[in-house]
Amino acid sequence: MKTPITYLHNIGTYFIMIKDIFRRPTKWSVMKPLILKDIDDLIIGSLGIVAFISFFVGGVVAIQTSLNMTSPIMPKYLVGFATRQSIILEFAPTFISIIMAGKVGSFITSSIGTMRVTEQIDALEVMGINAINYLVFPKFIALTLYPFVISIAMFLGILGGLIACVYGGYGTMEDYIEGVQLDFIPFHFIYAFIKTFVFAFLLATIPSYYGYFMKGGALEVGKASTTSFVWTSVMIILVNFLLTSLLLG
Amino acid sequence: MIEVKDLKKSFGDTQILKGITTSFEKGKTNLVIGQSGSGKTVFLKCLLGLFEYEGGSISYEGKNFSKLTRNEKTNLRSEMGMVFQGSALFDSMTIAENVMFPLRMFTKQSKSEMEDRVDEVLKRVNLDDAHHKMPSEASGGMQKRVAIARAIVNRPKYLFCDEPNSGLDPKTAIVIDNLIQEITDEFNITTVVNTHDMNSVMEIGEKIVFLKNGLLEWEGSSETIFRTENEAVTNFVYSSELFRKVRKMYLEEER
Repeated sequence: MKTPITYLHNIGTYFIMIKDIFRRPTKWSVMKPLILKDIDDLIIGSLGIVAFISFFVGGVVAIQTSLNMTSPIMPKYLVGFATRQSIILEFAPTFISIIMAGKVGSFITSSIGTMRVTEQIDALEVMGINAINYLVFPKFIALTLYPFVISIAMFLGILGGLIACVYGGYGTMEDYIEGVQLDFIPFHFIYAFIKTFVFAFLLATIPSYYGYFMKGGALEVGKASTTSFVWTSVMIILVNFLLTSLLLG
Repeated sequence: MIEVKDLKKSFGDTQILKGITTSFEKGKTNLVIGQSGSGKTVFLKCLLGLFEYEGGSISYEGKNFSKLTRNEKTNLRSEMGMVFQGSALFDSMTIAENVMFPLRMFTKQSKSEMEDRVDEVLKRVNLDDAHHKMPSEASGGMQKRVAIARAIVNRPKYLFCDEPNSGLDPKTAIVIDNLIQEITDEFNITTVVNTHDMNSVMEIGEKIVFLKNGLLEWEGSSETIFRTENEAVTNFVYSSELFRKVRKMYLEEER
């Protein structure tokens, strides 16, 4: 059973790991291909699923908003307004991050965990390599491009809403676009991208922690991936609440 | 030379190593043997600095490992080569890239110089045509040879092998044993091998350390192990009928 001391120990180990990410850096000639590979695996490889989900969820938000606007005095452009606000403020940064905790987080935990089980991490350490820097730093750098993914999610979510609204017969294109442009507050974008950067950091480090410090065999790799997904999601939700309170509250 | 003095290591309340003192000489193939759970792997990982130990000391050429600075430890580790039980090859790299990895990390050689060295080392372990294979496409014996090639590519002073013959057929095991012995002689390095394989004990054990329950029970060589009266050693080494017969023949011949 886990005691509060165990949790404190884990939190301490996590912060020591974060310090070690930036200590004794690996040679740039070795690091560069690792970063490019991680950009391909973590960012480019996620675009398809992010685009698919964003587009259809944007459509659903528009339809739901339209169907729930029963009062005739409510202007039709509110569909575009509500879709924009939902997508930019919460759906794209937060819920896409939770989906990414499942996709990218599990990938990171299982790939690092498998290296632990097969003694590849021991092999790195025996060679005198800072294995945490070698394994986690490229993922951290790759995920600094995560706001790019979220920008695409925002665009496609709003586009999905437009298409669902217009072709579903819930409103006109002019109304929807008017709503999207209505009362636009640039700080909402800043708020969304601050969240995105923080979530990117969590997405890179929490799954890496669970992979790097896992013990046991193949079965434990699966368990570590699940635990990593749970804790990454919990932390994203908690940090989301905290940042929203601080930045918009 | 590696000197170990009163080495102690625990995991929680369980003491695994209870004070081991021994030494491993340069240019010799040193074997660490013992039953499963006797502490061999923990001992090896302490030598490599993968585990921190609570008591005692490990010295490399007179330098106490635990008192070295972080940079000195990194430098020392770059002089170590390790062959892991499961080979521990990097899945995402080809065999040639695996072998080249320590050179890329620790040397400033040009790509062609590194490629030449990789060719040379892969040839040394009889794998001249396996450069572009992935580790998953190689057999167990090939993977072990690649692991040996990776361990020696940067001309280490110390070579450590954790059960290099596990999971291999007897013929391939002999090839690996001979390779380890030849490399030790050729490069005049200090080699420490953890093994269960009694063939290795007989064939390449220039020095043998027998561990039992975290203590050094006996030390000797492949010659003296035939004559030992130590019950724990004889029960372990001569547990099979074949080796009892070999021992009997050896002792009769000696008389």
